[in-house]
Amino acid sequence: MAKAAPARESGLKRAHFREPRTAYLLLLPQLLILALFFFIPAIRALAQAFLLADPFGARSQFVWFDNFTALLSSPEYQSSIWVTVVFTIAQSAITLFVAVVLAFATDRVVRGRGTYRGILLLPYAIAPVIAGILWAFLFNPAVGPLAHLLHALGIPWDPNRNGDHAMILVIAAASWKHICYDYIFLLAGILAVPQSLIEAAAVDGAGPILRFVRIVIPLLGPTFFFLMVMNFVYGLFDTFAIVDAVTRGGPAGATNILVYKVYQDGFINLDLGSSAAQSVMLMAFALVLTVLQFRYIERSVNYDV
Amino acid sequence: MVERAPTLDFICHAILVLGAALICLPLYFAIVAGSLTIADVQKVPLPWLPGDQYWANLEAAWAKGNFTRLFLNSAIVAVGITVGKVAISILSAFAITYFRFRFRMTAFWLIFTSLMLPVEVRIVPTFEAVSNAALPLQWLIDALDVGAWLSPLTGKRYEIAIEWNMINTYGGLILPLIASATATFLFRQFFLTIPEELCEAARLDGASPLRFLRSIVLPLSVSNIVALSIILFLYGWNQYLWPLLFTTDKDMATVVIGLKHLVPRADMEPAWNIAMNAALLAMLPPVIVVIALQRWFVKGLVDSSK
Repeated sequence: MAKAAPARESGLKRAHFREPRTAYLLLLPQLLILALFFFIPAIRALAQAFLLADPFGARSQFVWFDNFTALLSSPEYQSSIWVTVVFTIAQSAITLFVAVVLAFATDRVVRGRGTYRGILLLPYAIAPVIAGILWAFLFNPAVGPLAHLLHALGIPWDPNRNGDHAMILVIAAASWKHICYDYIFLLAGILAVPQSLIEAAAVDGAGPILRFVRIVIPLLGPTFFFLMVMNFVYGLFDTFAIVDAVTRGGPAGATNILVYKVYQDGFINLDLGSSAAQSVMLMAFALVLTVLQFRYIERSVNYDV
Repeated sequence: MVERAPTLDFICHAILVLGAALICLPLYFAIVAGSLTIADVQKVPLPWLPGDQYWANLEAAWAKGNFTRLFLNSAIVAVGITVGKVAISILSAFAITYFRFRFRMTAFWLIFTSLMLPVEVRIVPTFEAVSNAALPLQWLIDALDVGAWLSPLTGKRYEIAIEWNMINTYGGLILPLIASATATFLFRQFFLTIPEELCEAARLDGASPLRFLRSIVLPLSVSNIVALSIILFLYGWNQYLWPLLFTTDKDMATVVIGLKHLVPRADMEPAWNIAMNAALLAMLPPVIVVIALQRWFVKGLVDSSK
């Protein structure tokens, strides 16, 4: 995209219409839905986060940051934050690493490339909750074939009792589901690396792996950045269904990630003030990730197009 | 390929075979478990080869899961989300790229900031919004005290209460999910690449904005629309949290929710053979879409994230 001329408004076509009424009508459906289901609920969460409702819900009182201080000092919330951090970082790192190796290998092979790619993309089509169910079955301590294998090896595998086992299982299921995403973007990125650079390095005597590490990976910098952000978004928000299917946050909160806790406190325990405060905390995380994502978009607009 | 490196190529094939095996492993065992009798599925170790009960289990899963109804629901919801999202995104992208009006940038930012409010973040207030979508109107009525205005006319005190409950309706499952910053952004980026001459020519010919949209912009956008629709269909079909919250009536659930009810819990008969068979059924439509439309699907995914 060419740089906009200074006189022009950004993102406006030079040839455009001046019928504001039509424009408002065109925008109406989107803005109406945003107002009803995005902004008003978000503002209500914000308001509720500062209120304390009495048990009958008849009256509520403005309590400043009490909900937040109560939340941040509660051991369950602290452990939930810790669980989320471990889960998100482990899941992001595993996903990205495996995807890089697979993308490198796919770019290298000639025969069977389409077949490999087709199989590796499959989990994208599978709902997170189904991915969770598949893994929960594989490692079910009573019937699961892989759990049996672990038992045969002398490992007392039981994700229903052992928190670490539960965490490993959730991370495995979440990574299995998400590797394909990173893989697609890396593959597209590798294909976009100019062939002349690769050939020049080859002439200088750099082997395939050295070329990948020294040329391809640095050129994929923005892609890595983007994928890291998207992996965090996925780990923080989209893994609700996996946790619900595999562990329901247990045992004893060992896999109770923040998103799952909001749901539990708000819907199962009906603690509205705390749930709203948790929502606001999550919005803050989402805000940070959105800003990061936007920086990527800006960058890719400046350099790639 | 720049040079021959047979050893590395062999290693690469080995890595890919391993990766593909890892992807297929859970699917393979779902097929195995889904084709066994309930007695066989509880055997330790689980048989390594599929049994002969696949079709019998399929029938059982279909009946037990009420899948005739739930597949219809999922199809309606997935198609509704896809069509709705594409439609309102195109309209708003068209408005913010092709019109000069006062609050153009405000509208753009309003749409864009919705990115930081994913459903998962505002579960409870959104539930309230769906259980009574007329709530904002109610506040307006309360704030303006409309009831009090009417009392002098009749001498009575009125309480006006309006309600629009969308729980257990297709509207409740579809509408809150069709706003989309990413889709709007995708179309905006695409519209910016359409040559200016096309709009100038259309205006010279006296075409109205909507005519220009219908006759020129939409035909040019077909490939973007198709690619995005695939992603959105998968997104709609695989929704979990939303239908979990907003359907209490079993007949309004989606396939994914129905499947979840078939998964054995501690106090249930361990019918993993039925559950696994149902899992394969539930993933079938999106898997077919991804395999059959692979190239479009990759384009849609990469485009819509930029």
